[in-house]
Amino acid sequence: MVPSKTQEAGSTARKDSRRKVAAAEPPTLLELYRQMLLIRRLEEKAGQMYGMGLIGGFCHLYIGQEAVVVGMQAAILPEDSVITSYRDHGHMLACGMDPKGVLAELCGRRGGYSKGKGGSMHMFSREKNFYGGHGIVGAQVPLGTGIAFAHRYRGNGAVCLTYFGDGAVNQGQVYESFNMAALWKLPVIYVIENNKYGMGTAIERASARTDFYQRGMGHGIPGQQVDGMDVLAVKAAGEKAVAAARAGKGPVILEMITYRYRGHSMSDPAKYRTREEVQKVRSEQDPIDRLAHLLVEDGHAGEDELKDIDRRIKAQVTEAAEFAQNSPEPDTAELFTDILVRA
Amino acid sequence: MAVEILMPALSPTMTEGKLARWLKREGEDVRSGDVLAEIETDKATMELEAVNDGVLGRILVPAGAESVAVNAPIAIILEDGESADTKPAPALASPALAPPAAAPAMAAAAPSASTAMPAMAESEWTGPSTQMTVRECLRDAMAEEMRRDPNVFLMGEEVGQYQGAYKVSQGLLEEFGERRVVDTPITEMGFAGLGIGAAIMGLRPIVEFMTFNFAMQAIDQIVNSAAKTHYMSGGQISCPIVFRGPNGAAARVAAQHSQEYSSWYAHIPGLKVVAPYSAADHKGLLKAAIRDGNPVIVLEHELLYGQSFDVPNAPDWIVPIGKARIARAGKDVTVVAFSRMVGVALEAARILAEEGIDAEIVDLRTIRPLDVAAIVASVKKTNRLVSVEEGWPVCGIGAEMAAIAMEHVFDYLDAPLVRVTGADVPMPYAANLEKLALPQAADIVAACKRVSYRS
Repeated sequence: MVPSKTQEAGSTARKDSRRKVAAAEPPTLLELYRQMLLIRRLEEKAGQMYGMGLIGGFCHLYIGQEAVVVGMQAAILPEDSVITSYRDHGHMLACGMDPKGVLAELCGRRGGYSKGKGGSMHMFSREKNFYGGHGIVGAQVPLGTGIAFAHRYRGNGAVCLTYFGDGAVNQGQVYESFNMAALWKLPVIYVIENNKYGMGTAIERASARTDFYQRGMGHGIPGQQVDGMDVLAVKAAGEKAVAAARAGKGPVILEMITYRYRGHSMSDPAKYRTREEVQKVRSEQDPIDRLAHLLVEDGHAGEDELKDIDRRIKAQVTEAAEFAQNSPEPDTAELFTDILVRA
Repeated sequence: MAVEILMPALSPTMTEGKLARWLKREGEDVRSGDVLAEIETDKATMELEAVNDGVLGRILVPAGAESVAVNAPIAIILEDGESADTKPAPALASPALAPPAAAPAMAAAAPSASTAMPAMAESEWTGPSTQMTVRECLRDAMAEEMRRDPNVFLMGEEVGQYQGAYKVSQGLLEEFGERRVVDTPITEMGFAGLGIGAAIMGLRPIVEFMTFNFAMQAIDQIVNSAAKTHYMSGGQISCPIVFRGPNGAAARVAAQHSQEYSSWYAHIPGLKVVAPYSAADHKGLLKAAIRDGNPVIVLEHELLYGQSFDVPNAPDWIVPIGKARIARAGKDVTVVAFSRMVGVALEAARILAEEGIDAEIVDLRTIRPLDVAAIVASVKKTNRLVSVEEGWPVCGIGAEMAAIAMEHVFDYLDAPLVRVTGADVPMPYAANLEKLALPQAADIVAACKRVSYRS
């Protein structure tokens, strides 16, 4: 099986997107735009709230990578499941989780998804089939493979999207998972979010080979590199991969070439890359700007309509931030709850 | 609307910093993502980015200012068309954040999850029973639970076609098929994690480790993923999974295949840990573990697999997790042991009886949650305590027994506790050295005499 390489990141994406517009109806495009913008605005708010001391500990922002999760989420069904690492706020919103519960959890309040006991890296929603939020690099990969195992065990036709970063691709347990998923033809899509840096180390300084979509070759897992800054390219690649996994053909690897604008976490001085590099990606490849451009150019929406969406999202995020700050801290009795299930 | 820019905290511990320099001037256009200023802390220099588009209306704190408090307004950003006199919108929250209410100091007697689990001991079995080996009991426990619940499945190395490296899973593949008896590659971390993923979806995996020595490869998944997820999810996600396999020294397999892990797993909130001795307890506790909604570590012992005991003829006979059992009643000294060491302690008790010392053997059966009440009740009766374990002494189960003795029965003790443990060395291969490294009945006899002031 020879993996195909779809395209270089960002190079011809605008043209490619245009080609696919015909297949996606305008409301869908606007909805993708709305979801990406919601993630962007919520993450900006989280950054502000961190700066004000309302959010503690680690806080890993998803700004710049929005097209990956929004595009992939558009390719699955509600019964499919999702699991990811600690850069997880965007995934939760894309799964349909409530911004109020997310921001409240970031603030360590009882209105949060984990009642304030999990924090930024540990939120879950059984209702939305979102299984975390995991803080050990690569550890969610066997878990996601096990979720896919459960789907197959039950024969319910669902698939599991298992996200991890370019930092996790060198963890041994990732390959243990690849082997079992391929051996047992599990319905799992491994989405590698290659944002070029594992914390502060550029991929070229950490990986002997950086064509991560080929990392499944030794296990016969097909891989594809995708422009992760183009939500429509992501969606198209996701639909193809999901269809294959759902049809019982086993796992697929999608390498999303993407970029994070902010540091690894909030306390990252970002001395390992130049400001020019960041600004160049922002100005030339921003996934939200690119879709906005497309929407306006092709007459799907006017500038005013997009501004109106932005206004409504800002209001939604402000409301969520207010909810988060007004939500009380957990009751002190919660310290000793949720350790064990009652038999 | 005009927006105040506040001095940001760059880490949870930062309270103030230096505003090193401004990169934008008053009146200059600002785009989201532009660097406004550089801020220095004792640890790093960081760049402050604009979040909103607009114009830098006013700079409130000049470049070079030291000790600028976190959350102090440092500049005002104006939207297009606003004048610098515009009253800024109130900041997101009051900059003067009330410090969070101090957490109440935790008293030493804080309710601990490990001791607060009420469990009722099983009633004494008086019905018919059959002599069975520990190996057969483990297999029967799994088979009965797999018949009872279609979500239960077994996975591990050599559990299927090979019938188990120690023949524990004999016949299961034939009865339940490959879907439910899953031979895995040699990939402990991977299949432990995969099992946990299946468990959080509501399946009930039994993950067999060929021995617990190999589970060290998987211990991150067991601790970080299985044990902590229920808490981290605020109770939303549970992980009903069993990790089982032989633990401790076998015979002449040397250092890497002879470690005893009970204190490692017993340390972890979110896990339950059992280490049975008798065949009946192996069966009853494994069944309880499979039905439990939590991750349960079942520590077996290779040297017990072939031993036979009386086992109740009742498929629904369950031994509750969290209850010790008096393996031999006595009045002079309490000997606390678990797993294979219960047998060694019983042998020691026979020798002691000949010398007029009546030892009570408490078989812990469960290491977490510990049955503190049973230990306390026995020591109150005998006033003497000896702990026995195959594992190493430092921070071991015996150390926990010493803490329990201090906290609960200090005034009842007539002698300091004595620990009988494995020698504090990697397990040697040579037969004579291996024997010296493991607790023998004579060691327990000597310890019991010591706490009884007899020699």
